[in-house]
Amino acid sequence: MEKQKIIQVKDLVTGYEADIIFDKISFDVCEGEVFIVLGGSGCGKSTLLKHLIGLMKPLSGQIIIDGDDIFDCDEAGFRNVLRKTGVLYQSAALFGSMTLAENVALPIKEYTDLPQKSIDTLVRMKLKLVNLEGYEDHLPSQISGGMKKRAGLARAMALNPKILFFDEPSAGLDPVSSVEIDNLITNLNKSLGTTMVIVTHELESIFTVAHRIIILDKASKGIIAEGDPKHLRDHSRNSFVRQFLNRQTEDKICEP
Amino acid sequence: MESLKGTESCQYEVTKGDDGGIMLRIQGRMDSSSASQMIEVFGSLLNDRRPPSLTVDLEKVTYFDDFGTLVLVELRDIMNKAKGRLDVINAREDVLFVLDSESPEDKTVSIAIEQPPGMFIRFGEAIIQYAADIKYLVSFIGSVILSFVHVCFYPKALRMNDTVIYMQKAGVDAIPIVGLISFLLGLIMAFMSSAQLQQFGANIYVASLVALAMTRELGPIMTAVIVAGRTGSSFAAEIGTMKIAEEVDALFTMGFDPTQYLAVPRILACIIVVPILTLFSDLFAMLGALLVGVFMLDLTANAFITQTIRSLTLFDVFFGIFKSGIFAVLISWIACLRGFRVTGGAASVGQATTSAVVSSIFLIIASDTIFAIVIRYCT
Repeated sequence: MEKQKIIQVKDLVTGYEADIIFDKISFDVCEGEVFIVLGGSGCGKSTLLKHLIGLMKPLSGQIIIDGDDIFDCDEAGFRNVLRKTGVLYQSAALFGSMTLAENVALPIKEYTDLPQKSIDTLVRMKLKLVNLEGYEDHLPSQISGGMKKRAGLARAMALNPKILFFDEPSAGLDPVSSVEIDNLITNLNKSLGTTMVIVTHELESIFTVAHRIIILDKASKGIIAEGDPKHLRDHSRNSFVRQFLNRQTEDKICEP
Repeated sequence: MESLKGTESCQYEVTKGDDGGIMLRIQGRMDSSSASQMIEVFGSLLNDRRPPSLTVDLEKVTYFDDFGTLVLVELRDIMNKAKGRLDVINAREDVLFVLDSESPEDKTVSIAIEQPPGMFIRFGEAIIQYAADIKYLVSFIGSVILSFVHVCFYPKALRMNDTVIYMQKAGVDAIPIVGLISFLLGLIMAFMSSAQLQQFGANIYVASLVALAMTRELGPIMTAVIVAGRTGSSFAAEIGTMKIAEEVDALFTMGFDPTQYLAVPRILACIIVVPILTLFSDLFAMLGALLVGVFMLDLTANAFITQTIRSLTLFDVFFGIFKSGIFAVLISWIACLRGFRVTGGAASVGQATTSAVVSSIFLIIASDTIFAIVIRYCT
């Protein structure tokens, strides 16, 4: 089944002048896919995400999102790309001075001309979707970490973007909240066909959520594996990949 | 059995062997609480007696962790230095393993504190840092101007609610403190100058002095310094915290221009309220002077007010207000800039806040100097 490629990363070189983090990496994400970027701590996963959402500029290479090269287009073109994407940040990044409803309403107000009453209704619907009914008037500081993540998700998908980016969606959450987030991701993907790009190092959710993964490696400054997670876990030729996906360490601990 | 000072949980016994060697029996806990004492006591013991061999018996040790191992390693090193021998008996196997594998001195890796780089390297780094700062400073000026132009053409893009809130925070809420400080300042000025002017019977000129000094110089400067301390610091801290919490990134990826969203309402609010605050400051200072004039210099309020009005020109008042507008721009601009430069953690926010206040006070005084020189040659 040949699907439309919605994100194309071509020969991306990232890092700082002397210190290159990724050297010429390329990968594609297809439309409607749940795509997970895996890697050990400190291998540059978050850096890669920052490039994908346009927060950092690469040293060279291209990132094409839905036909637009995000580093080689005009202001309007870039805004158009931003309109098609939503981001759930690691810390949820809700605006502390606004209530949850105001947070979710912010992008809706910016990009649509809906009257206030319709915006309110839409916001309630969005918050209901992430099981935060009745919390419209709470400030982010008044709710728990998992709820913040869900509210952040509601804001990220306020305009039903084609692509959602997640930075460590389950980091710092208890198992139940993590599963809730995972279920939300799966449901959204199924119901709206939203493409999901998730950066994480948590293994639990990968096998249930992901359609395809890539594994990044610090030493080789590139991608060491790409494909279906279960297949990689059992059949990868790279021993590090198998260890990573099976939660094993490199050596057996030496016995005295 | 002797015990170690201060640690009753651990005792030791020293006996002399046949070959002149020492037998050390340790009893109790070998942990972090006793390790430093042991190293000290046993070390001096060994240095005093210089035995050819040392045998440590751990049979009665009830608790042993890596601090205990450390003691043994230290003892071994002392013995090695004196070309002696260390035997450990009744020890757990993993302890012996560590003692064997733990290298003698020649291989020890010292965890030294990294030496600070040389003078030239630091100098160069500082210059590179300054260059980057200046580059950002220039680009930030550009982005602020562009945002203001954008707002001029599309007034809807201005976040009006935020602007009003900041006007309240920076302006209305500051009136009590600005008023109080200016009142006292006027009082002090009148008081100090009256001591001199009284000698010449020129009491009435206290009014002129305070009126002129306040409207032209002190009013704008005092107000700006207070605003820098109250508002500048809070702008820098607010934006800095938002930066750390990824909120600024979130704004960007939601398609908002962070400068337009965060900086423009703040700068605009300051431009509007600081000149008004300055007017208040002028008035309160004159009120303070009036009190001194009436109650200490036997002037009538009427004469005092008339003299004040007579000595002031419209130009003086407007010049002061114009200056305070410029100060407002400088304070809010540098505060926002410092906020946006925050990276990392809480310490960086604190630094940005300090830096915002210090830089704005410097900018206030520097620009006031320029004004003084320009006005001197223009009139």
